[in-house]
Amino acid sequence: MNADRHEHVSSEAASPEGYNFAYLDEQTKRMLRRALLKAVAVPGYQVPFGGREMPLPYGWGTGGIQVTAAVIGSDDVLKVIDQGADDTTNAVSIRRFFVTTTGVDTTEKTCDATVIQTRHRIPETPLSEGQILVYQVPIPEPLRFIEPSETETRKMHALQEYGVMHVKLYEDIAHFGHIATAYAYPVKVNGRYVMDPSPIPKFDNPKMHQSPALQLFGAGREKRIYAVPPFTDVESLDFEDYPFEIQSWDHHCDICGASESFLDEVVTDDQGGRLFVCSDTDYCRTRVEAEGVQAVASPAKTQEVLS
Amino acid sequence: MYVAVKGGEKAIDHAHNLLARRRRGDTRQAALSVAQIREQMKLAVDRVMTEGSVYDPELAALAVKQASGDLMEAIFLLRAYRTTLPRLAVTSPVNTGDMLVQRRISATFKDVPGGQVLGSTYDYTHRLLDFKLLAEGEAESDVAERASSEEPAAADESVARCPRVLEMLNSEGLIESAKPENEQPGDLTREPLDYPADRATRLQALARGDEGFLLALAYSTQRGYGRNHPFAGEIRQGYVAVEIVPEELGFAIDIGDIELTECEMINQFVGSKDRAPQFTRGYGLGFGQCERKAMAMALVDRSLRAAEFDEERDSPAQNEEFVLSHCDNVESNGFVSHLKLPHYVDFQSELELLRKLRKEFEEHGSNRPAAKTNAATTATEVTS
Amino acid sequence: MNQPAQTIERTPATEQPVLSVRNLTKLYAPSKGCHDVSFDLHPGEVLGIVGESGSGKTTLLKTLSARLAPDRGELLYLNSEQQLMDVYQLPEFRRRQLLRSDWGVVHQHPQDGLRMRVSAGANIGERLMAVGDRHYQQLRQRGLGWLKAVEIDEDRIDDNPSTFSGGMQQRLQIARNLVTHPRLVFMDEPTGGLDVSVQARLLDLLRNLVMDMNLSVVIVTHDLAVARLLSHRLMVMRRGEVVEQGLTDQILDDPQHPYTQLLVSSVLAP
Repeated sequence: MNADRHEHVSSEAASPEGYNFAYLDEQTKRMLRRALLKAVAVPGYQVPFGGREMPLPYGWGTGGIQVTAAVIGSDDVLKVIDQGADDTTNAVSIRRFFVTTTGVDTTEKTCDATVIQTRHRIPETPLSEGQILVYQVPIPEPLRFIEPSETETRKMHALQEYGVMHVKLYEDIAHFGHIATAYAYPVKVNGRYVMDPSPIPKFDNPKMHQSPALQLFGAGREKRIYAVPPFTDVESLDFEDYPFEIQSWDHHCDICGASESFLDEVVTDDQGGRLFVCSDTDYCRTRVEAEGVQAVASPAKTQEVLS
Repeated sequence: MYVAVKGGEKAIDHAHNLLARRRRGDTRQAALSVAQIREQMKLAVDRVMTEGSVYDPELAALAVKQASGDLMEAIFLLRAYRTTLPRLAVTSPVNTGDMLVQRRISATFKDVPGGQVLGSTYDYTHRLLDFKLLAEGEAESDVAERASSEEPAAADESVARCPRVLEMLNSEGLIESAKPENEQPGDLTREPLDYPADRATRLQALARGDEGFLLALAYSTQRGYGRNHPFAGEIRQGYVAVEIVPEELGFAIDIGDIELTECEMINQFVGSKDRAPQFTRGYGLGFGQCERKAMAMALVDRSLRAAEFDEERDSPAQNEEFVLSHCDNVESNGFVSHLKLPHYVDFQSELELLRKLRKEFEEHGSNRPAAKTNAATTATEVTS
Repeated sequence: MNQPAQTIERTPATEQPVLSVRNLTKLYAPSKGCHDVSFDLHPGEVLGIVGESGSGKTTLLKTLSARLAPDRGELLYLNSEQQLMDVYQLPEFRRRQLLRSDWGVVHQHPQDGLRMRVSAGANIGERLMAVGDRHYQQLRQRGLGWLKAVEIDEDRIDDNPSTFSGGMQQRLQIARNLVTHPRLVFMDEPTGGLDVSVQARLLDLLRNLVMDMNLSVVIVTHDLAVARLLSHRLMVMRRGEVVEQGLTDQILDDPQHPYTQLLVSSVLAP
């Protein structure tokens, strides 16, 4: 068994490890791009694609990684976030993967990135035309919690049988007086398909509506791709008398003082001590740098959070 | 320390270093070579090849070594590697009828043409820990002695060309003939599963499926959840030739042998108004020696054919979507383990909501502020 | 239950039939299923299908209610715009649309027709939401109205049907179907499995709703008393064949076919 038997053919400039640019072979990328084109053409429709095993586990972003691998070029600038932060372990791991397999430049600045792969958040800084936001999706089917059968849910989408989505919302109001869905809040795209926006907090839902950026969604384990093209209507499901609303906080960010960003609660001790900080680390840092915002929290506490 | 806020990069590096040390273990012990794993942990290697969907004992052994013996991790490594392999050619279907048989048994006949060949099996060993193996380096002379006492010699152990047991039933018309539904089977590794799946696709998924999961499902059919009365018609294990037909040649050439285990189950018979009663089949196949897997696969294959025979479908093993969507351990392992990833943004959203609901509960003394409705205004509906 | 019931006045047959069935056949095996069934159902008319279990009643009902494609035959439905629709020639989405707006299906087991894990209010509201109702309070009002109409305490609107008695579940299933004011309702043994006093109350309720809403109904039952109380016309099935059909009183008081005679004597004779 010779070692050279396991070497690879590369059609583009080989990356340092001998893998093809962005890991996948060019045929696979073409297959992915065809699925992406279809997804863009039918906003919100889940396109089945021949997902491949990636060197990261299913559920850890394999769908997003395949989508990014299919769209990224050598002059792209990549940003990867998880929970809004660039330095969470999974974001680091995925960013490293692309640095290793593509050699592209990376950034933490939302405005400098051409491709942003995300898990669970949309950046606070508004996106602009030409940017691509790639979402990692664990369960692409918004009807799954009602109907476990794939055959049936596909039929329901095809026939626009979406009454059951409102049954769920009705139940929330009947039992809690509110729509009690806080994340992965279902949306209707372009007035046609009901879509799962991935587990982003509903706080981020309005950012999808008429966004100038291209939004691509990849579900690796379930082998589905879907998309929201730029400037597309994305409407969160609700009732006329119980309209969709987003979370708000009684606090400001303890680092940058922001009052309109999604805040994470950081437990600082076991005595009930709490800090509230922006989940979007780039947004927070940019505010501190650009405006010289005074931290509200004590320097010691801020230090603790940043270290 | 599990760091989500800052320092992920450093933490990952440290974790990798620690992992490398733990994998190696005590350095006073000699390092395990890939060749040793390949030769002495063959059944682990075979399982990794089967569920990893790559026939390469050396790479499978490497994966077992790299994964510290965690077979699911090893299977995952091999699958990820598989993604990067170019597809150079598609082989002709292998003919297991021409197998160079090392083991071949039938439970349905006392003797069969070609004979019952027990081969190497744990089946009739007494499960007593053999403390001789605990002694450093088993006595090579022991093994050599066992080999030399065997007649015939090792090279002739295998038996060529045993006729298939099920074909003997087939020639009498007692069992359904196994015809492919379409000439060109689908390819699960290129096209996503689409339900309902055809049998060839189902078998591909089962072949890659987790041995434990299939075993449990197979067992459930025996205990009455989708019973289909199986007999182990034939189990054979041995080597078959792999052939390709290069376009420029136009005829088949032999590119090597692979070791396979095949199981053909004979199941309850069916008939209908326009079909005489016949036995039905369940089929299992895997790389190397994987008898448990092949048998479980055959039972599950048959139970998934319930619709074909108009059988009642009320058990998990008969539910195609349930079985195929959950049998792949690379998928299930990934999704279960992803719960380890940070989810604090979603959790934060739930936390805020829960606090809000509890606050309202305290203020209203009820969960249902919206449920207060005036019943008097509601009676007009039906008559209107 | 065996008290003679007042027969409902029959709607004049001058109107065009709402459902026309021609030679409908669905056979699993010889004499298993239904064979060559033809009839017309007029607006406001209730047709009872009777016969012992295994006679093909339920297969026929499934075929009639667009849930089981027939081997052959024709099923024509006249919609509220007076358009004649060939049901099994329609694309599937139109059939499913019919089933959740113009038509209703009341299953023998309420758990087949209800969502057991969501509240009574949501069960009633689902069909309305499916056709685009998006006002929570209005949905709720209609839910309350319908609970009252089917004699369920309005306080139970937020409770799951799993906490209801069998009779209440069945009434809730009826409310869930009638909320969109369907024109045609299919019922499969709606009183099966209920004890006698509960049956009587349900039948009384059904009879009033059918009259008030001018529903056309096909009801399958093995209980001739139920058939007598609810239906204008009867169809007697045996081994997949219709052996006799006609006005309910006529069939029950003067059965012609030996099988019907047997059926009537075995059930009604003391």
